[in-house]
Amino acid sequence: MNDIANRKWVWIGGLVLLAALCVLPFLVKNFRVFQFNMVMIYAIAVLGLNILTGYNGQISLGHGAFYAIGAYIAAILMDRAGIPYWSTLPVAALACFVFGYLMGFPALRLGGHYLALATFALALAVPQMLKYKAIEGWTGGVQGIVLSKPEPPFEFSFLGQPLSSDRWLYFYILFVTLIMFLIAWRLLRGRVGRALVAIRDHPIAASAMGINLPVYKSLAFGVSAAFTGVAGALSAAAVAFVSPDSFTSFLSITFLVGVVVGGLASIPGAIAGAIFIQFVPNFADEISKSAPWAIYGIFLILLMYLMPEGTAGLFRRIWARLRPSSSGTKTAETAPAISTAAPQSVGGSQS
Amino acid sequence: MKRNFLKAAAAGAGALLVSQTGFAQKRYDSGATDKEIKIGNINPYSGPASAYGAIGKTMDAYFKKINAEGGINGRMIKFITLDDGYNPSRTLEMARKLAEEEEVLATVGVLGTPTNSAIHKYMNQKKMPQLFVATGATKWGDPKNFPWTMGWQPNYQGESMIYAQHLLESKPNAKIGILYQNDDYGKDYLKGFIDGLGDKGKTMIVKQLTYEVTDATVDSQMVELKASGADVFFNITTPKFAAQAIKKAAEIGWKPQHYLNNVSNSVGAVMLPAGAENGVGILSVFYLKDPTDSQWANTPEFKEWMTFMQRYMPGADLKDLNIVFGYTLAQGTVQVLKQAGDNLTRENIMRQAANIEMNLPMLLPGVNVKTGADDFYPIERGQLARWDGKTWVLQGKIFGR
Repeated sequence: MNDIANRKWVWIGGLVLLAALCVLPFLVKNFRVFQFNMVMIYAIAVLGLNILTGYNGQISLGHGAFYAIGAYIAAILMDRAGIPYWSTLPVAALACFVFGYLMGFPALRLGGHYLALATFALALAVPQMLKYKAIEGWTGGVQGIVLSKPEPPFEFSFLGQPLSSDRWLYFYILFVTLIMFLIAWRLLRGRVGRALVAIRDHPIAASAMGINLPVYKSLAFGVSAAFTGVAGALSAAAVAFVSPDSFTSFLSITFLVGVVVGGLASIPGAIAGAIFIQFVPNFADEISKSAPWAIYGIFLILLMYLMPEGTAGLFRRIWARLRPSSSGTKTAETAPAISTAAPQSVGGSQS
Repeated sequence: MKRNFLKAAAAGAGALLVSQTGFAQKRYDSGATDKEIKIGNINPYSGPASAYGAIGKTMDAYFKKINAEGGINGRMIKFITLDDGYNPSRTLEMARKLAEEEEVLATVGVLGTPTNSAIHKYMNQKKMPQLFVATGATKWGDPKNFPWTMGWQPNYQGESMIYAQHLLESKPNAKIGILYQNDDYGKDYLKGFIDGLGDKGKTMIVKQLTYEVTDATVDSQMVELKASGADVFFNITTPKFAAQAIKKAAEIGWKPQHYLNNVSNSVGAVMLPAGAENGVGILSVFYLKDPTDSQWANTPEFKEWMTFMQRYMPGADLKDLNIVFGYTLAQGTVQVLKQAGDNLTRENIMRQAANIEMNLPMLLPGVNVKTGADDFYPIERGQLARWDGKTWVLQGKIFGR
């Protein structure tokens, strides 16, 4: 009885949220819409990394590379082959899946910080390889590729604001984001998700239970890379420019920051993480021109002290305190399992 | 109903404003008013290229000085400078912020080649002046296709032509060896050099070698260049490789007439790491007054700069050439705004920027800023300097245009 009522409210809440998201771009300037687009794109990338790092316990400092590959595949397809922007996504996803899956093999033998270093090498290598002269005809070398922004397919206006190409992209990206989050949710809530968490928490016990470690670990890598690749492909359309300098190794670290800030092993946390990596650097720049990164670092340290389990952990705690009776049993079952396991796995891999 | 009323009121106020400005012969685009002019800028204050942040800070300080002295034609400059961390996608975000949210009149001195490339198309579609970009690539002076973008410093091809010109005059029968970085920057320099040599000169090149930014060293290329019998060496390399090349040439006893591109003539980053005595005799192009060069110390221009530094940028590194660069760039901007007078539209800003001829105090004597409707390269002159083991010594005439 209570459960059914709850479900109804979740549906209503979800629809209201969706309606708000649809109206939002018409309330703000194009520039803000562009920033929201970037938040959604980062959210997909952070979610991808979270599948690998949060759920499966494999640390990657190389996801900027998959983002770059996704972006370049989309850009080259649009620029050279004249393929419409929306059909570049499956290609980018597939290519990044294969690439990530292959990267998953060495990852089987490398644990903890060794894996972090190996993936970091990938992040360092990809921008350099994009400048390689044999493929310069495709990648445009250091100059990169300048693209045209996708135009909205029809004219439309709402609240006196026209459907500009940024607003059109907003809906397109929102649609893709919803689908990617749905995929992640279906994947991680079921058997696969439990298997990934089991591998993270205790690989030996997991294999004793019949989970095929190599397959699951490299699949996690592949899926994670595919998510990030989709984000990259979307960014190519939104920014309308790709160049090797857009994808420096710092981008990979930024994604990891997003995962940690959002909360390890949390799907909605990816959105909080994306908001952080999009807006806090701008905010830091406004505070001090001399040392924006120091301000950024202070924010990060403060967050780690105040919310050791990320934004998701904070919300979970507030939720548990507000509703101790009704869904108390539910949160008590799932939440601690995730929140205590995450730091454990990081600590375990370092020892 | 209420909205309609507001609309009507706004329209009325707008009409009033238009008629008023019409009488006073003042014309404004967004970003300019009777009281202030909003100028935007994007610089890397964070990230790998943050050393260039000094340029943005200097411009900010210089505009503060201008405001303290009463502004330009009575208007204060509001300088909005943003950080992009040298990341092109962030540059686009910041450019959009400047154009769409801050609604600046123009952007000035946006730094970097990849970063400016990312916003090149956007700025021109938006008809937003992308004035005096701080990069040496040759593509910024293309008024036909990109009428809203203009360069500033001597472009790579122009600088190369200076070396070619000097070479043809001093050593007409040279055998030339060239080492260049295999990317657009290297090719830009190479093209200017070959164009400068002309048809006859091209035959003088005996060896052209490349390296990749990813290479560990350029040792083998240097050995090969020596073996080719070249007696002139054009060194088109970035700082790390420039230092390696200079050192290796000395080690293998190759003593050609050595031209080093301006990109790598930093004393601290190249000449000293390469071994100060190894570089004796190297020639490189300069266009700014190096603050460490003692010959300027007693000139009024230098003293004026020192006063500015003490007053508005206390504690800054006085050896940093980037500060001189930012100072000069800000002065160029002020000149354009002065010339624009009360007609502060984006179109007029570009028209005035394409119509300057002036000398600036911290440019070398004889180096000027000159533009025209089809000449979007403001600084095109330079002077050669010779490394004497301690410092760069200016020599000879002013080259270029």
